[in-house]
Amino acid sequence: MASAAETKKHKAPEDAASVVVRFAGDSGDGMQLTGGQFTLSTALAGNDLATFPDFPAEIRAPQGTLFGVSAFQIHFGSHAIRTAGDAPDVLVAMNPAALKTNVDDLREGGLIIADSGAFSARNLSKAGYEENPLEDGSLAKWQLLSLDMSEMTLESVKPFGLGNKEALRSKNMWTLGLALWMFDRDRQPIVDWLNAKFAKKPEIAEANIAALNAGHAYGETAELGYAFQPRHVDAAPAEPGLYRTVTGAEAISLGLVAGAKLAGLPMFFGGYPITPASAILHHLSRLKQFGVTTFQAEDEIAAIGAAIGASYAGSLGVTSSSGPGIALKGEALGLAIMTELPLVIVNSQRGGPSTGLPTKTEQSDLYQAVYGRNGDAPMPVIAVRSPSDAFECAIEAVRIATRFMTPVMLLTDGYIANAAEPWKMPDVSSFEPFPVSYHDEAPEKGGHFNPYQRDEKLARPWVKPGTPGLMHRIGGIEKGSGSGNIDYSASNHQEMTDLRAQKVLNVADDVPEQAVELGEAGETLAVVGWGSTYGPIQQAVTRARAKGRSVAQIHLRNIWPLPRNLGELLKSFDKILVPEMNKGQLKTVLRDQYLVDARPLNKVSGQPFRIAEIEAAIEAQLDG
Amino acid sequence: MNDMTPVTTTLKDWETDQEVRWCPGCGDYAILKAVQRTMPQLGADPANTVFVSGIGCSSRFPYYMETYGFHTIHGRAPTVATGVKLANPELDVWLVTGDGDGLSIGGNHMLHLLRRNLDCQVLLFNNEIYGLTKGQYSPTSRPGTRSPSTPFGSVDRPVNPCAFALGSGARFVARGIDVNKKLTDAFKAAYAHEGTAFVEIFQNCIVYNEDVFSDFTDKKTAPDTQLWVEHGEPLLFANGTKGIAMDPALFGARVVDVADGDWEAAGVLRHDQTNRALANMLVEMPFGDYPMALGVIYDDPRPTFDGAVMEQNAAASEGKSDDLQALIEHGQTWKVGK
Repeated sequence: MASAAETKKHKAPEDAASVVVRFAGDSGDGMQLTGGQFTLSTALAGNDLATFPDFPAEIRAPQGTLFGVSAFQIHFGSHAIRTAGDAPDVLVAMNPAALKTNVDDLREGGLIIADSGAFSARNLSKAGYEENPLEDGSLAKWQLLSLDMSEMTLESVKPFGLGNKEALRSKNMWTLGLALWMFDRDRQPIVDWLNAKFAKKPEIAEANIAALNAGHAYGETAELGYAFQPRHVDAAPAEPGLYRTVTGAEAISLGLVAGAKLAGLPMFFGGYPITPASAILHHLSRLKQFGVTTFQAEDEIAAIGAAIGASYAGSLGVTSSSGPGIALKGEALGLAIMTELPLVIVNSQRGGPSTGLPTKTEQSDLYQAVYGRNGDAPMPVIAVRSPSDAFECAIEAVRIATRFMTPVMLLTDGYIANAAEPWKMPDVSSFEPFPVSYHDEAPEKGGHFNPYQRDEKLARPWVKPGTPGLMHRIGGIEKGSGSGNIDYSASNHQEMTDLRAQKVLNVADDVPEQAVELGEAGETLAVVGWGSTYGPIQQAVTRARAKGRSVAQIHLRNIWPLPRNLGELLKSFDKILVPEMNKGQLKTVLRDQYLVDARPLNKVSGQPFRIAEIEAAIEAQLDG
Repeated sequence: MNDMTPVTTTLKDWETDQEVRWCPGCGDYAILKAVQRTMPQLGADPANTVFVSGIGCSSRFPYYMETYGFHTIHGRAPTVATGVKLANPELDVWLVTGDGDGLSIGGNHMLHLLRRNLDCQVLLFNNEIYGLTKGQYSPTSRPGTRSPSTPFGSVDRPVNPCAFALGSGARFVARGIDVNKKLTDAFKAAYAHEGTAFVEIFQNCIVYNEDVFSDFTDKKTAPDTQLWVEHGEPLLFANGTKGIAMDPALFGARVVDVADGDWEAAGVLRHDQTNRALANMLVEMPFGDYPMALGVIYDDPRPTFDGAVMEQNAAASEGKSDDLQALIEHGQTWKVGK
């Protein structure tokens, strides 16, 4: 570890009590698992944390290649943590390719822990190294701890008689053991987890535990010198309560279940496998006892079609995908808008267009969510800002969908879906229930039921097939206002198009006014964000404010309709900066809706914003 | 179908107040009447019945049935029907589609509906043409079909709907003709079948493809061109003078002459609606050399998809708490004190 003086020199003061560690290795090295378990032990130690798993699209890319490197970054500390960290303090590199692709991100003076056993001539050449960087002095600006972890792992698992290949699989546990020692973490939760995971193969569990212990023991006994002393990071002060770690995909799944429960509805979830959205299908398929039916459909269209059918039959229809899949669902979204049925569509955004970057994050589907359908087809859009925020957003999506009889798009992204953070678990009973009542009063004899009659918010009645006396037909053809019969007439289409638009706009009266996260209305600069840029924007604005700059943070949950006070709020600032992981989509919407001079800050590299990038843009705006 | 208490209705109870908008003389009228005539005989309940359709002339059907109805989007009726049935397995679900809707744009969904065996009735109106879009050739059109999009004749080979259905794993396949009275028998058998019941209906499009089926629907020649199959009965046509026998050399069907009604001597097969190989043989017989096989060709139920889903939902929920708070707090947690 860097000396205290070093640390101060290279880090902003508010980060002094936090550490960023990145584990990087071959996609077969088990880095995501190592990171996940390190996260758990960190959470149990009471630190606040944020993680960033970054892995290739290939399941098992050829060993040792640059494109097969899988990494997991964790930022933890004794104060509130909002991002996965800009530059790692510690890089664990399991092979030359992992070193090469990650070392330039490492803070100057940071620590490299490398498995020298994996730096063979063959691996070096695959990574494009002519000389062994562990030996040629090219890593001089960092601290280097070069260990033959492969050999020490093999040694530690020898008693279990595993083959060489099998034995080397425990290497990640050896590494984890060393990391646990380095940060003064308890090994027991990992031991318990290994025993549970390999309950049917106790010898594998024991080998992994032996490797874990060996890595830990190595730290304790080897005289690594002052720089490598164990370092204790105090627990972060947090609101009292019960905590766990949660990923965005888990929180969305739990929020959908909670939403259905608050609505008093069974849930039907139609999904089709797609990265990074599949985790939601996986989570929900295990929750049948909560009245959840899951359906892995033959394609994206069938997934939403079935969800619409289920909503028509009286369930809460939900479907989920990522950008390319949402594109396929587009026509069916129009059908849900036309038939005015409740539906929740979750989009876990990834880099696009087309197949794009399946495992990398981006927030470039805002246009698709707000505008991406044929015809004038408005739909409420809600964006999740973090894993723990996802729970509430999912409930809100269900509430709006059922209250307004409309499909609702819930935007999350690959970063939120996979990232974990501590979550103060909500008390479900503290949420106001919003029970759905189906319309079941049949008209008097000779009367006619009007499926497109509307309530004060312009929502139409929901009638479950099976209800006597209320048989009616709906479909994608333009409906007569009120009657729901086919009606192509000019005046009717104008009226119905206006009604559909107004109904969605009415949602703005049903959600809170836009608040200012940091700072106040009327300051010089507003930094307006949405989605997973929340963390880096907040850190950047906090730093700028600490320097006395007049800058505020506004973060949108309701992307459509926009909060009713947003125009007025934005106009109270002299300048507006909109950082987005796209080419400026929210910026365009804000300009369009309010005629304000919103300036873009764009990044589409598949990586989240660094705090420093936003900080620099804030300075440029204020000084420009 | 469902084990519901039969409801007493008349044909009128199944008609809506909507003006029927098919071309005068369209075969769809006859099918609509046949369905409306069949429903009271089934003891079906209009309030418990859902008609789901896609896009095309046939898919206007739900508007004319006084039941619950969902006119969806092109090709996707099987997906919506799947959601309806899984959300409420008590409903009687009927799916109305056409050759373009069900076998072209929606071919994938049809395949999966059939293999999963969702409990519903599929009525596929086959007119070998795209009617609503004004007459383009369809996936069931015969090679050489001239249409606005194939002015020199189509060159691709058509799909055989019933062979497609069997290949997809269908457990019920029937064929009927729009104006033929026996259509109601096929509907009744389809309704009684638990699982996806696939009924291909030869439907005459009088505007864009008139008389395309007349070589076997023409009343004058019908006895020689139509083979009405019935479970347990010999496969006879041409007033009992011809029959279908098994030709081991062909590994398939052969038309044989039957003398003096002695069909057994001629080697004529008895129809067995549970025999999958026989069903495949009957639907694949090339018309011309062979008659057109009609009626309930295959009916051999297997457990349904919706039944299996409900069973698994119940089994997986058994003994498990539905306490959401406990679910949220599941796993490793820690407490932060005041």
